[in-house]
Amino acid sequence: MGRQLLPAVESNEHMKHLVSFIINGRQREDAVADNLLLLDYLREVAGLTGTKRGCDGGECGACTVLVDGEPRLACLSLAAGCQGRSVETIEALATSGRLSRLQRAFHEKLGTQCGYCTPGMIMAAEALLRRNASPTEADIREALSGNICRCTGYVKIIESVRAASRNE
Amino acid sequence: MSGAGTIRRCAGTSTPLIDGVEKVTGRARFTADLPSREALVGRILRSPLAHGAIRGIDTARARALPGVRAVITGADCDVPYGVLPIAQNEYPLARERMRYVGEPIAAVAAVDEATAQAALDLIAAHIEPLPAYFAAKDALADGSTLLHDNKPGNVEREVRQEFGDVEAGFKAADLVREAKFHYAEVTHAQMEPDCSLAEYDAERDRLTLHSTTQVPYYVHLMLAQCLKTEASRIRVVKPFVGGGFGHRTETLNFELIAGLLARAARGAVKLELSREETMLTHRGRPETDVRIRAGVKKTGELTAVDCEVIQRGGAYAGYGLVTILYSGALLHAIYRLPASRYHGLRVYANTPPCGAMRGHGSVDVRHAFESLLDEMAEALGLDPIELRRANLLEAPHRTPNDLQVNSYGLGECLRRVEQASGWRERRGKLGPGRGLGLACSHYPSGAAKPVHWTGEPHAVVNLRLDFDGAVVALTGAADIGQGSSTLIAQVVAEVLGLGVDRLRVIANDSAVTPKDNGSYSSRVSFMVGNAAIAAAQNLKKILVEAAARRLEVSPADIECLGETYRVAGTDRTLAYAAVVAAALEDSGTIGTKGTYSTPPETHGGKFRGAAVGSSAAFSYGAQVAEVSVDEETGTIRVEKVWVAHDCGFAINPLAVEGQVQGSVWMGMGQALCEETQYHEGRALRANMLDYRVPTIVESPPIEVHIVESRDPGGPFGAKEAGEGSLAGFLAALTNAVHDATGLRLTELPASPDRVLEALQAKRRSERVKQARTG
Repeated sequence: MGRQLLPAVESNEHMKHLVSFIINGRQREDAVADNLLLLDYLREVAGLTGTKRGCDGGECGACTVLVDGEPRLACLSLAAGCQGRSVETIEALATSGRLSRLQRAFHEKLGTQCGYCTPGMIMAAEALLRRNASPTEADIREALSGNICRCTGYVKIIESVRAASRNE
Repeated sequence: MSGAGTIRRCAGTSTPLIDGVEKVTGRARFTADLPSREALVGRILRSPLAHGAIRGIDTARARALPGVRAVITGADCDVPYGVLPIAQNEYPLARERMRYVGEPIAAVAAVDEATAQAALDLIAAHIEPLPAYFAAKDALADGSTLLHDNKPGNVEREVRQEFGDVEAGFKAADLVREAKFHYAEVTHAQMEPDCSLAEYDAERDRLTLHSTTQVPYYVHLMLAQCLKTEASRIRVVKPFVGGGFGHRTETLNFELIAGLLARAARGAVKLELSREETMLTHRGRPETDVRIRAGVKKTGELTAVDCEVIQRGGAYAGYGLVTILYSGALLHAIYRLPASRYHGLRVYANTPPCGAMRGHGSVDVRHAFESLLDEMAEALGLDPIELRRANLLEAPHRTPNDLQVNSYGLGECLRRVEQASGWRERRGKLGPGRGLGLACSHYPSGAAKPVHWTGEPHAVVNLRLDFDGAVVALTGAADIGQGSSTLIAQVVAEVLGLGVDRLRVIANDSAVTPKDNGSYSSRVSFMVGNAAIAAAQNLKKILVEAAARRLEVSPADIECLGETYRVAGTDRTLAYAAVVAAALEDSGTIGTKGTYSTPPETHGGKFRGAAVGSSAAFSYGAQVAEVSVDEETGTIRVEKVWVAHDCGFAINPLAVEGQVQGSVWMGMGQALCEETQYHEGRALRANMLDYRVPTIVESPPIEVHIVESRDPGGPFGAKEAGEGSLAGFLAALTNAVHDATGLRLTELPASPDRVLEALQAKRRSERVKQARTG
């Protein structure tokens, strides 16, 4: 978003602190403003635009990422709050250029249409499958209840997560 | 047009999206994801008043703020825009008057967000309030202030149409019933907020705009118009787009503002709207009142329909007159209907402008129609499915309002959902609070006459073949998640006998791709699909001729087997790569073109407004919903939906299922919980929490049955699949609620408060009845 600051505005800026964390398996250290959202850090500082902004804060789930393995809304998390933690985004799931099981299921079963909710949806499902490799349909619905999709009616999303779970 | 004689292995096969890998890996770049570090930040100042006269806007202090590179107001653009050439009454930034809360009145470009916001705060607008109207009846009342001086009574468009002998029809009927309905306004709530990146090259006076649009061509036209520049100085690119559903089927104010800001700032501007701003930009389905009267024979045949529709269209024209015309036209072309009378009123009011939303113009009237049919079936002691069977068409059929039906699978759709849902065995036997309901719907496969009538074909596809053997399809069709690029790859691969992986699709860059009207009115599969087939057939002819030259036989003797070309009846073959090399000899890079135009007999009648509703093909759908109703809380739960959709031929069955499920589900949102709401013109639900779209928790299994009626004009027989099944859900739901509780819901959404109120009213009237008879 081109945040080069002019002196006139800089006085309004919050304090910056050096934060070190692991982003997608790589150690990073950045000076971040105290009020910088994790979402803005990922998209604008780290250049990881896979994580999406779909609302004005905590409404839609499109920015879901994993912080120490737990699903978190990057639009409600401060970058500085991730000090010492491990953050995973959609960009981390494919290994050696190959889709993860969950990604492949979303691709092949049309769990994604426009693709905008998809990164958040897949990260929320990833958190579920790490904690419960054989979820029931009710488990899937509960785990994805904070992620809105406007294209699929969720039918093929549920099929995708089921296909990627261990009991399939 | 059929692909007879080719190896059919791509069209008709479930195919994952060709851009799906980008979507599941986060590599897909949407407009807000594009590299723009050097871009200025754009911000819009919006009207705080629902209606006001602008006496002056003072921008001096904002301009003086360090870091501000441009400030623009209505004074910077005096050219109105709008999607319909005959109804352009909107300016990118309000001039003289603002007509809804949230209407853009000024915009800034600054070096960062904080500066842009600070600049907005320094703009002083002097506004004189005017009377404002938030309901159609208030805007229509005698003596109301006009929103637009040339529109008396605040009526944007009044439609009166009569086909056949309506009075004779009602006289011939054994049963005549009338009902009234009210529908809340709903909006698209597509997941991706609006965003434009405008880059102005001051040295060469050129503008490049990347934007979240379904209609890059219309955006291009309106940019040239409002910036008063040559269209050739503009380039419009559509990156990945996060859904549309009609929000993006016309040029929107922010796209023009981004262009104006970039030129004023002589650089690049990124204008990213918030969710709230995106929802204020609106263009959804209007608040609507429907009164409908129908006559039927004892055996169920319709004799006449009389329908009145009032739509609160919001502050500007947009697609409004098309919407009000669709609502009348699509009374027809689903059942045999000998006579109809329609009175439509599209009304201006001080709310965000409405526009096209999935199922454009058909949805609310279809709910009213299908509810009334259910009620009349009950009164006549007929099964609702049998009543509809008594009214089925036979293709080809020409309706009284001159719509041409060339393929018709509704009867098969009914049979499929009747069987799948266990309709006969289960209906009425599910116990208290649980019920089954059925309804049907239909939709055009593209408007037979385009919005901008230029005499050009409806669709053009270019193919390019070069040394690498990859077939590159160039298209202006906007893939917004529905899978149009995949469909184009499939049909081209099908004709050439190649695998989809030989194809690359380049879409939506006006510098490279041919013009296309865009993704709306379900036109793309049908029109662009046909154009893609034609382009592929032209390419195949070149390849066959090249193979014939190399093998020294006549082209008639060559069989195309995709990766191999063979002299028929022999084992003399030439591999695809050698055929390509032979074709490139002397000619170099090969380009072919395919076009599609709708047949004249599908263009509709000669009366005023006849173009709206006419289509080369109609899709059909029937669905059964199973619901449970908690009479204590008024909560309706959809347990399951069985839907059958006649898409002519499923080029990509996987995508057809996805589209039909999405349509049914979006209909469920409108039926159960979605509504915009305004207080004195101020949006109360412009966010994703208060505008309640269903979550995964309350979304039912949706079982899709594909019916293939093979339209004679469709690409391999295909018709639309992305909209037609939306409208049917609403009445399937309310008819199921009736089966479960005896309640006829006439107001949507059927939110718990409305359901409780209706249940209480029903109990009261039952008590009164009992008291009287007892």
